[in-house]
Amino acid sequence: MWGCMRAVGQWMASYMAQIFHRSANTIAKASIIAAILLIGGLLWAGLELQRSPYYTYAGVARSQPVPFSHLHHVSGVGLDCRYCHTSVETSGFAGIPPTKTCMNCHSQIWTNAPMLAPVRESYRTGKSLIWTRVDNLPDFVYFDHSIHINKGIGCNTCHGPVDKMPLTYAYASMQMEWCLNCHRDPGKYLRPHRVKEDPKDPHTMDDQVFNMTYQQPTAEHPVVLPDGQSFTSQDALGAYLVKVKHVRSVRDITSCSTCHR
Amino acid sequence: MTRADLHPMISRSAFRLMAAGALVAATLALGGCGVRLDMHVQPKYTPLRESNFFSDHRSARPLVEGTVARGQLEADTYLYTGMINGKPGTDFPFPVTEQVMERGRERFNVYCAPCHGRTGDGNGIVVQRGFKAPPSYHIDRLRNAPVGHFYDVISNGFGAMADYSSQIPVKDRWAIIAYIRALQFSQDAKASDLPPGTKISSNPPNVNLPGSEPHDITPDGITPTNVAGGNVAK
Repeated sequence: MWGCMRAVGQWMASYMAQIFHRSANTIAKASIIAAILLIGGLLWAGLELQRSPYYTYAGVARSQPVPFSHLHHVSGVGLDCRYCHTSVETSGFAGIPPTKTCMNCHSQIWTNAPMLAPVRESYRTGKSLIWTRVDNLPDFVYFDHSIHINKGIGCNTCHGPVDKMPLTYAYASMQMEWCLNCHRDPGKYLRPHRVKEDPKDPHTMDDQVFNMTYQQPTAEHPVVLPDGQSFTSQDALGAYLVKVKHVRSVRDITSCSTCHR
Repeated sequence: MTRADLHPMISRSAFRLMAAGALVAATLALGGCGVRLDMHVQPKYTPLRESNFFSDHRSARPLVEGTVARGQLEADTYLYTGMINGKPGTDFPFPVTEQVMERGRERFNVYCAPCHGRTGDGNGIVVQRGFKAPPSYHIDRLRNAPVGHFYDVISNGFGAMADYSSQIPVKDRWAIIAYIRALQFSQDAKASDLPPGTKISSNPPNVNLPGSEPHDITPDGITPTNVAGGNVAK
């Protein structure tokens, strides 16, 4: 590169008298490097910015008309996700509960709490509570909850520790690179729905996809299926589940038209 | 600006290259800032999206009274009401298999156990938090109640209990009732009901049920100000 520049310089010098000081050579070289670094840096900063919570809102709790706490309702009360998100297994949309679902319990509990006034108001008048979405995909993306649930992707794989969130926030960026991270290797997060039941752990009686305390198998804590098969690594369990759950090939699930239809 | 204005030494092709570079940079800058969002937010209704067309701002419209979707004619009235001539029926509308029982247990634990408890004793976590206690399933009145009665209660509510018709599909309600029958049997079984030779432990396992984890908070403890970020300390 420098040789080329020197050639250009000599060529230019052959046309004109020397008008630049000798230091101009260094300045010219330094400014070319600086320009490359500046443009590269700006591009890098731009890419990082659009991946950051400033743009994606990942990890940022949103204010809501009622400060609903998943921490209280899931960890504290022990409600299953499906008590409120009833359509998650059967439709693309997990479902936001109608106000009536809140009133199933709050008709008798915290009946005078000021914080719940908007809920009571909504129930009385029939006007919708207007929640702020925390996870929102662009309209050009097709997403279906039911297929992910039924193949064995746990709720908290994508939504994070919802059971520990006082106010709900999006856990993941929900950007395409994040989706593809799993679609390129679908076995790495699959869970069995049913495991061998242990009378000491009631979570083993439940569907593991909705189990917020599920742990991937390790040598110390293997995942044992109801038929007695034991897995000590996610690689082995994932490969097994991909087969028995008939997960489509990586080629299929990374095809453009799978999600952009 | 023409090529000659920049510098006589810069060739025509170099000028074109620079112009193209500037155009690419400008496009990237505009795209990165999200100037074009018309594909991002398309003029269509996704589930529960707000509508400015309807006065109640709901794009999800309630059905016109009397609407029957294709395939949803509730002609098999016993399946849908649990009643025969106005009286609760005593039979299940479909055979109770092991799969039905499994399904019933799962759905019971999701929708019923919060109040009725996992064993059906009527002391679930929501009751412990102050909800009016429902009767235990293990009383003579409910042991002898026909299955249609349970179906009616799930579908239409009873006393303080709200109806669960929007949360539990029809067949799941019957599956839950089958599981309630199994629970009733489990709490009322005699040693002679067990397979011969089965031993019963005198120490039931100490079960740590969900909902008894220590980091619970009361609604008074939460305000939007102390949970501004996602990484909130408990």
